[in-house]
Amino acid sequence: MDFLNAHLLSLILFFPTLAALGMLFLPKERLGLLRWYAFLTSLVPFVLSLYLWMNFDPNQPGFQFEERYVWYQAIHSTLHLGVDGLSLTMVLLTTLLTPLAILASFSITDRVKAYMMLFLFLETGMLGVFLALDLLIFFVFWEVGLVPMYFLISQWGSANRDYASLKFMIYTMGGSLGLLLSIQLLGVLFQTYDLLELYQRWNALTDGTLLGMSVSTVKAIAFWAFVIAFAIKVPVWPFHTWLPDAHTEAPTAGSMILAGVLLKLGAYGFLRLVLPLYPVEARAYAGALAFLATAAIVFGAFASYAQSDFKRLVAYSSVNHMGFVVLGIAAAALARGTADARIALNGAILQMFNHGLSAAGMFFLVGVIYERTHTRNLNDFGGLFPLVPIYGGILIFTSMASLGLPGLNGFISEFLVVRGAYPILTTYTVISMLGLLFTGAYILKGIRQVLHGPLNERWAHGEHRLTEINGREILVMAPLMVLILWIGVWPSWILDVINKAVMMLF
Amino acid sequence: MPVLFQSILPELLLLVLALVLFVLEPFWKGERPRSGWITFYGLLLILIVSLLFGTPQASQETFGGMIRFDWFAFLFKMLFLFGAAMTALFFMDHEVLAQRGEAYLLLLATTMGMCLMASANDLVMLYLAIETTSIPLYVLAGFFLHEERSTEAGFKYLFFGALTSAVMLYGLSLLFGFAGTTSLPALGAMFASGQISLGVLLGILALIAVGLAFKVSVAPFHFWAPDVYHGAPTAVAGFLSTASKAAGFAVLLRLFLIAFPTHQIPWPLLLAVLATLTMTIGNLLALPQTNLKRLLAYSSIAHAGYILIGVVAATQLGIASVIFYLIVYLLTNLAAFNIVMVLGKELGSDEVTAYNGLSRRSPWLALAMLVAFLSLAGMPPFGGFVAKVFVFAAGVQAGYTWLVFVGVLNSIVGLYYYLNVMKYVYLYRLPGEDEEKHPIALSRVTAIGLGVLILGVVLFGTIFAPWFGLSDQAARSCCCGRKPLLTFSATAHLVIFALPGGQ
Amino acid sequence: MQFPFLSVIVFTPLVAALIILMLPAHRKNLVRSVALVAATFDLILSAWVYLTYLTQGLEGYHFVEQYAWLPALGITLHFGVDGMSTPLILLTGVVMFTGVLISWGEERNGVSAGIQDRPREFFAFLFILASGVFGVFASLDLFMLFFFYEIAVFPMYLLIVIWGWVVTREYAAMKLTLYLFVGSVISLVGALAMVWVAYQNSGVLSFDLLQLEKAGFSPEFQRLWFLPVFLGFAVLGGIWPFHNWSPDGHVAAPTAVSMFHAGVLMKLGAFAALRVGIMLLPEGAKYWSWLILGLATVNVVYGAFIAFVQTDFKYVIGFSSVSHMGLVMMGFATLSREGLLGAGLQMFSHGVMTALFFAVVGMVYDRAHTRHIPDLGGFAKVMPYAAIGFIIGGLVSMGMPGFSGFIAEFPIFMGVWKTQWLIAVIAAISIVVTASYIMIIVRRVFFGEMPHELEHHHIGDITPLDKLAIVTLCLLMVGLGLFPGLMAPMVQRGVDYILHLLGGA
Repeated sequence: MDFLNAHLLSLILFFPTLAALGMLFLPKERLGLLRWYAFLTSLVPFVLSLYLWMNFDPNQPGFQFEERYVWYQAIHSTLHLGVDGLSLTMVLLTTLLTPLAILASFSITDRVKAYMMLFLFLETGMLGVFLALDLLIFFVFWEVGLVPMYFLISQWGSANRDYASLKFMIYTMGGSLGLLLSIQLLGVLFQTYDLLELYQRWNALTDGTLLGMSVSTVKAIAFWAFVIAFAIKVPVWPFHTWLPDAHTEAPTAGSMILAGVLLKLGAYGFLRLVLPLYPVEARAYAGALAFLATAAIVFGAFASYAQSDFKRLVAYSSVNHMGFVVLGIAAAALARGTADARIALNGAILQMFNHGLSAAGMFFLVGVIYERTHTRNLNDFGGLFPLVPIYGGILIFTSMASLGLPGLNGFISEFLVVRGAYPILTTYTVISMLGLLFTGAYILKGIRQVLHGPLNERWAHGEHRLTEINGREILVMAPLMVLILWIGVWPSWILDVINKAVMMLF
Repeated sequence: MPVLFQSILPELLLLVLALVLFVLEPFWKGERPRSGWITFYGLLLILIVSLLFGTPQASQETFGGMIRFDWFAFLFKMLFLFGAAMTALFFMDHEVLAQRGEAYLLLLATTMGMCLMASANDLVMLYLAIETTSIPLYVLAGFFLHEERSTEAGFKYLFFGALTSAVMLYGLSLLFGFAGTTSLPALGAMFASGQISLGVLLGILALIAVGLAFKVSVAPFHFWAPDVYHGAPTAVAGFLSTASKAAGFAVLLRLFLIAFPTHQIPWPLLLAVLATLTMTIGNLLALPQTNLKRLLAYSSIAHAGYILIGVVAATQLGIASVIFYLIVYLLTNLAAFNIVMVLGKELGSDEVTAYNGLSRRSPWLALAMLVAFLSLAGMPPFGGFVAKVFVFAAGVQAGYTWLVFVGVLNSIVGLYYYLNVMKYVYLYRLPGEDEEKHPIALSRVTAIGLGVLILGVVLFGTIFAPWFGLSDQAARSCCCGRKPLLTFSATAHLVIFALPGGQ
Repeated sequence: MQFPFLSVIVFTPLVAALIILMLPAHRKNLVRSVALVAATFDLILSAWVYLTYLTQGLEGYHFVEQYAWLPALGITLHFGVDGMSTPLILLTGVVMFTGVLISWGEERNGVSAGIQDRPREFFAFLFILASGVFGVFASLDLFMLFFFYEIAVFPMYLLIVIWGWVVTREYAAMKLTLYLFVGSVISLVGALAMVWVAYQNSGVLSFDLLQLEKAGFSPEFQRLWFLPVFLGFAVLGGIWPFHNWSPDGHVAAPTAVSMFHAGVLMKLGAFAALRVGIMLLPEGAKYWSWLILGLATVNVVYGAFIAFVQTDFKYVIGFSSVSHMGLVMMGFATLSREGLLGAGLQMFSHGVMTALFFAVVGMVYDRAHTRHIPDLGGFAKVMPYAAIGFIIGGLVSMGMPGFSGFIAEFPIFMGVWKTQWLIAVIAAISIVVTASYIMIIVRRVFFGEMPHELEHHHIGDITPLDKLAIVTLCLLMVGLGLFPGLMAPMVQRGVDYILHLLGGA
């Protein structure tokens, strides 16, 4: 137990990688074995993170379960891991979604071994970002997660996968250039990458000149470099154009992870790095951020409404929902330390978690129907409810969570964001509320076009007859639905952790 | 053994050998190779005997100051003997030369002349030695009476040789006229005192330089070399371009260093100009050559230019590097010429295109050629590299950085044409691509000769310390304390492109 | 007396070359076996040297051997390795080993991979080259450094011209040789000048690098000679605008030679430029560092863009080498702790990576008989090892964290930040460009549909030896990427010494 407690985070972080390496020794023809191996091994980090959740003390300030290993001593970077309430939530989300995504991928038959290995690598990449307390390590995992995702899209994606995967890769890498350069700047200045130390020393640096410019100018540039990198990942309008392509072309499980976790990396970056490192700049530019967030909400909703591709519709909905996260962050940046800001932040973080659940669920459901019909065109569907009532029910349930129906999780978090942001950014919040209206519109449009209206006879009979959602697929959805309902009805178990973290951090 | 004999021991023994050959030769009608073996073993014996009994202890003058007996002379003599022995080997592989006993006699005669050149300490002796060397060479160059080319070569060589020789003789007589002495050290002392005006000295210098420039084929007196090398029997051309050139440089060093003090007469600068010209002309003209003998002829002109850099430096290191270079050059170029000879015999052509597919027909010969050519190009681990570095080092040390740069750039041009030849040897193929069916036979004598030479090239390129030590010792004995060991020479102030900031 | 590791490492290939030459030409597999044994032996020894240096946490020069060679001129056969050169010794061992594996090849089903024509001469020349490379990395004597440097250069000509790509080999080989020779002899003149001035200053004539470091050259002298010396060597490092020989040479060379060439030889230039240029003339380096930095930036950015527009598979890699070697030069030019550290690591990382690249390119070419990227496709299915190897190499190339490229490039950029932040911003563009062309190539060549013409070629998987080579190279890159502690501390100590020479800059 001592060993477990002392190395809990590194176990969670590296177990998937070890499992993936172990997979090398499995025969590639035994598809069943490979699938179950991947699924079961991915459950281990989940169990471990549940253990972490139980043993985490939300009242204790600072980071817990800290671990520190020598990594790149020559440039003073250490493998420094730790969790607080913020990252803990995200870790839980990641370790929960990964087994579900793997379970969802049981229908993959092409190169299963490579696919599962990439998924496990991806999990390590994502967890690393949430667990890192060293700026360089953060960046390492930030970038390294791209690789498996890139190959998941480019190898197992649909028709336009080449374009989409390259766009995803280049966008994100290009976006992180500024981040990379700013990290280097920090490293050169302070000879350390340790976040805790950087928080203090970088903030202590207020006047004087740097690189021939005033410190405030440099800080402003570095701030925007960070923001752009994270904004692309979130994605904030107008940096979102990679997202519909990537989501649409990715395999189902890829989209689940992409929407469920990868987008959160960007938001997490805002919370973990931008706000603590650039409080002054964040306050100064919060208006711009809020504007972008509002634009994301409104345009995301509009764009989503305009889609005739089911998956693209869901993809744009992510832009819309993540806009609320950024809006909350912008509000917190502007009025840091006030109760309103904390409410907004609570909402933003909860929204990250909630969107992870509902977006993953939505993408999975799109995948389920796509696997059966091989089309995602909304106009090809219609009136499917009577054919597949269970599927229809699940779809409506998940959609309602996404829409923000009171009683389900989406309502709680969006309400908190709006409640917190309203006194701070009134105009933007009001416009966002209007955007929320369109959220309802596109979700209802989606449901209508798929489940209601005149039945497309094609799916009713013969070889194309639509089959009901099967047990495995329900198994994927069940935990998501339980959580959606649970948080919607009784959110305090998670909000408590988040709120305490927010109180301590901001 | 008395010093008197020691000082001319090789020459005496050569004379004995020549007499033996002269007497015995008529008895061996029809079994010619014996003359060759006699010459070869005789020369080796002389080499060994001289090494055992003829090594100089201290620098001495004998025969009333006519002969100087020092390491400088000794080393050169050994070099000539070795070169002659190797050449005798290659003569045996030549269908015409092997049949004619007088070829070996002439070879011995010219070797004797060269030995005397290296040890001459007096203008009279010097001139006699030069002529003793030249006349047999004229004959050897034109040895094939039935071949127009060979006759032309012999005549051309004779004509230009006689002409430049006359000019030099005029210079020498002027020297005597002004100085009243023919002894080199005495001349040196006289010029050092500054009694003779610089203008006169420069004039005399120029006249003498003409003769010596001809011998070592320095521009602008180089133009005979390609035609003569091309026309003369290849083995003779090899000897001409190596031993004869070395002898010329021996005289050049001796005369200029002893008789003409550098602080009085700026001859290094004049020679530097000549060196530039020689290197550049030799290399540029070698570029378009397709006949290997002509290519080697131009390359040997270029090498004279590199060697001159060491002479220009006029420091002890300079002289040592010149001697080292000459030894390496003798090994390398003899090998190169004789490979060309063997192949010319087998292939019936010296054109480079005839070498197509050589590496498949005879991998060993190709490898030997590669080593020789890379050494000429100045690539390690072969002697040519080390020699070039020494010469350049001497140049830089003496402050002639610009000249070294010229040399460096020239060696790049050289690399181009040497490598180009290797392309034919290794890359191009015979029509039909069945080279393995046409192997090239290698006679025993050539195999031995080339083996020794190539081994020497590698040895000089890797374990160079003993050889450099010898060269250094010879250099020290030559300038007899006039130049302190390895310091900046007095010419440094003449340098155009000086080393700045060397405090 | 300890076992003379370095001289054994340096001379093993030479001896092996001689032995190979003695073997009968038609016993091709015997020739290859001897080559493999020698290469393995050298790899083990160099790994031993590396591990010893690493695990004992050594500092300064070790495994020192010194034999008088030419006392009159102060030339000694002086071997020794420090933190900078030890990784390069290992690199050479690795590339030599994998190069032999790759050249073994096979001849069946119309695939003629590896070296089938005159392997005896091939391995002999290759090993002479390897000997020269080892010699340069191990030499602590200026004369010997040049000696081995030239030995490393000239076999290249023969290797390319005889076994190279028929279309351009003659042109490329000659161009390469002349470029490199010009560079090296110009440096040589500078080196000779250094020796004499040092002699004049101190009265001790020595070619010993450790002596020359203490020579105390005047600033004027250093400023005058730094550029010729540094650039002369940097030609081999592929510095712009003298990089022109390199892509042509890479493309024309046979696979193993390209591996050697880009993998090790370019490092030779960079290393010598550092060892002689920067370490002996620190003042000059400080004075001219802005120029080197500028040239290197052009290398990095321009090289990446040129690579992007190539359609010949091998040219892409060739220009990517130019771009990556620019990073090494950039690291040097910063003259800072981080920059030099990164440059040292990048030399190793790029060496392994590019050797892998060229190995894979060779395997594809042997099977497809074309390198025109649009005519290729679908190779991942037939040769998955090669594809995965190339992908890993590609990730290294684009500086992906977790791989050795990141470990190397990151400190270089830090160094540049310290020196001139604008350059860092400009050079960072190359990362994205590199990522694009690598990803495009991976997609075009290894995935997608295999063109119909190619399916007639009976394209089969690569041989087990090839796989071994690829796995070896990949393990190094990933291992170093995950655990920079395997190399960085060593290089760091090497850098500390250089900084000490630079006057604690």
